[in-house]
Amino acid sequence: MSAAAAVLALVGAAFAFVGAIGLLRMGTFFERVHPPTMGTTFGLGLVLAGSALASWLRDGSLPWLEILVALFMFVTTPVTYMLLSRAAMHRDGPGEEPRA
Amino acid sequence: MIPVPVILVLAQALLALAMGCALFRLLRGPRAQDRVLALDTLYVNAMLLVLVSGMRASSTVYLESALVIGMLGFVSTAAAAKFLLRGEVIE
Repeated sequence: MSAAAAVLALVGAAFAFVGAIGLLRMGTFFERVHPPTMGTTFGLGLVLAGSALASWLRDGSLPWLEILVALFMFVTTPVTYMLLSRAAMHRDGPGEEPRA
Repeated sequence: MIPVPVILVLAQALLALAMGCALFRLLRGPRAQDRVLALDTLYVNAMLLVLVSGMRASSTVYLESALVIGMLGFVSTAAAAKFLLRGEVIE
């Protein structure tokens, strides 16, 4: 495997890690919705790009499974976060909530 | 120059730490929606960990398990959010 694929995976993992730290450190729920999207956009995209590069160099064929995972996740992740935010607004209202 | 397996182990360690952060928020998170959000982050990071493990093992089987983790995670998070929204999942 080439070093480029491994470096892509490492940068993606760093994005996901920063997003998880943000999930831990932000104060309110509506602030906490934002950081994990770093992991689900750039983190997932870079790790999948590294994996696709590795499997393309190994097999020489188009990396169908990586493309499938990327399509599925990029379609479903916004749906999840919109449903969650709507549930939080329904439960608490759009105003201020106590910081925790 | 750092060898390739060390880079991949480093990426796995970062993803494991991210899973630890999400687990902490899952246990602590003051309200139910925080816990569901933490569970969502946890499964995404687990999926990335499986993908990096697949790169280390240079095998295609890991990709299929990552796809299954993604599908189950999406369905469970959507069902939990729907339950928080209405009080029932299918109406």
